[in-house]
Amino acid sequence: MGLEIRNASIVYPASEGDAPVEALKGIDLRMENDDFVVALGASGCGKSTLLNVIAGFLAPSTGEVILDGESISGPGADRSVVFQKHALLPWLNVIDNVTFGLKLQGYDTETRNEAALEFIKLLGLTEFIHAPVYKLSGGMQQRVGIARALACDPKILLMDEPLGALDALTREKAQELILRVWNDTHKSVFLITHSVEEAIFMGTKLIVMSPRPGRITYRFDLPFSRQFLAGHSARDVKSSHEFIELREKVLEIVFADQEETV
Amino acid sequence: MGEKAEQIQKTADKAVAAPVTKMGFFASLIRSRATNPGETYGVPGQGRTFWLSVGSVLTLLFVWWLVTTLGWVKPLFMPSPQATVGKFFQILDQGFTNTAFAHHVAISAARVFGAFMLACAIGIPLGLAMGMSPLVRGVFDPPIEFYRPIPPLAYLPLMIIWFGIGETSKVLLIFLSIFAPVTLGARSGVRSAAIEQIHAAYSFGASRWQVMRYVILPSALPEILTSMRIGVGFGWTTLVAAEMVAATEGLGYMVLSASQFLQTSTVIMGIVVIAAIAYLFDMTMRFTEKKLVPWKGRM
Repeated sequence: MGLEIRNASIVYPASEGDAPVEALKGIDLRMENDDFVVALGASGCGKSTLLNVIAGFLAPSTGEVILDGESISGPGADRSVVFQKHALLPWLNVIDNVTFGLKLQGYDTETRNEAALEFIKLLGLTEFIHAPVYKLSGGMQQRVGIARALACDPKILLMDEPLGALDALTREKAQELILRVWNDTHKSVFLITHSVEEAIFMGTKLIVMSPRPGRITYRFDLPFSRQFLAGHSARDVKSSHEFIELREKVLEIVFADQEETV
Repeated sequence: MGEKAEQIQKTADKAVAAPVTKMGFFASLIRSRATNPGETYGVPGQGRTFWLSVGSVLTLLFVWWLVTTLGWVKPLFMPSPQATVGKFFQILDQGFTNTAFAHHVAISAARVFGAFMLACAIGIPLGLAMGMSPLVRGVFDPPIEFYRPIPPLAYLPLMIIWFGIGETSKVLLIFLSIFAPVTLGARSGVRSAAIEQIHAAYSFGASRWQVMRYVILPSALPEILTSMRIGVGFGWTTLVAAEMVAATEGLGYMVLSASQFLQTSTVIMGIVVIAAIAYLFDMTMRFTEKKLVPWKGRM
């Protein structure tokens, strides 16, 4: 079971004399139950479009997306999304933000809070339960965003550059946190990032995408997140010989695409 | 302290002791000085204004007192501040045209706030519906945009022909002046929610109605409150026009009829009272805003 994308494509129709744009072409992707898939690529390669297709915001022009045997026709709580920023509700405090999805699904307050507390604890937010979210730092806000998506108990967690707005130090800590949460919850994760190091460190599968038309050009199976979870320190993993070699190789691919675009 | 450290210390001392070059007057107009801690360099218009405002009001009062006391302006055109205050207490005591002052205030406030409540009750839901649905927007946008720029005085005769000279036409006139800004405020408030907030809610399984209720409505609230503040201001502006025809009570009526009897002090007093009530309400709205939407502009 899991997620399966079969030959999906997205074509934006021609407008104002411009030719039709193929945002995605012939995408095939399988995600098993505890996969951590990372999508990486130059801007315009269609990775956000792909996330929108999986989330159900965008219907593929051809092909189909199947989750646990059923075709996806719109957004739903089995695929909750974590955005880069601006997605929390500033009029709610931390716990009300985390329980927001459960409230939409009609659970009563007690059940909601009970379920939320588990993820609040997991993400280290216990002290801030009643704090207004607009007073939290960017890193803490992102933790609320992740706890909120997890509280919905999705089959797949979709993350659209979740760490893009964080400073470099907070970002490294957040990567480790997400990996531990992934390990504890056994969710499958689909994550978009611009950072090659982040992609290689976090994923179990890496897909590198290229623009015009947006397509998957390279696939890698990655061992590094499991090494980290097995007890190696994050910096050790990232400075190992194999890691650096792969990082340079992927960087070369992405830079080549980027230059073509310019 | 090592030799090197001493050297550094000396250099630092020198830097502090270096004479501060004085900026010329013209240079200071062109360049900002370095700011003190707690301020940000280069923010336009930063600085405290409270005492300047107090000074401005006191100066105006002083000039008013001076020109009237020295007899430079005749009381017919501009009565003295003392006379205006005296008039206020006289009318407070004896009423105006056989009606108590408090009653004039109450009837005007009832007209403005009645019209205001009505405009909010209809305008806010309509504005939200216009923001949410192209159907509603297509139907209601032309009439609202058509009448919005017309001064209320221009359609006052129509109101009177259609609804008579009673309370209906008065409240309706004020209602119309508040209705447009409140509706348009609610309509554009719908756009305040970030698309990420909306998408996140859908991805947690929200229905369209839930997104409206739990995401779009709360994020539109700051803009709705602002448009209510603007709207009630228009209401007070229109009050005098509404009380021009066939009114026998109200602050607008008091000002207008006093002007016909050349009671300038009553006119000025009435204007100040209207301004004071409007200002008080604005302060209340600002306070409400702080309580209801403390997160405004912070995320």
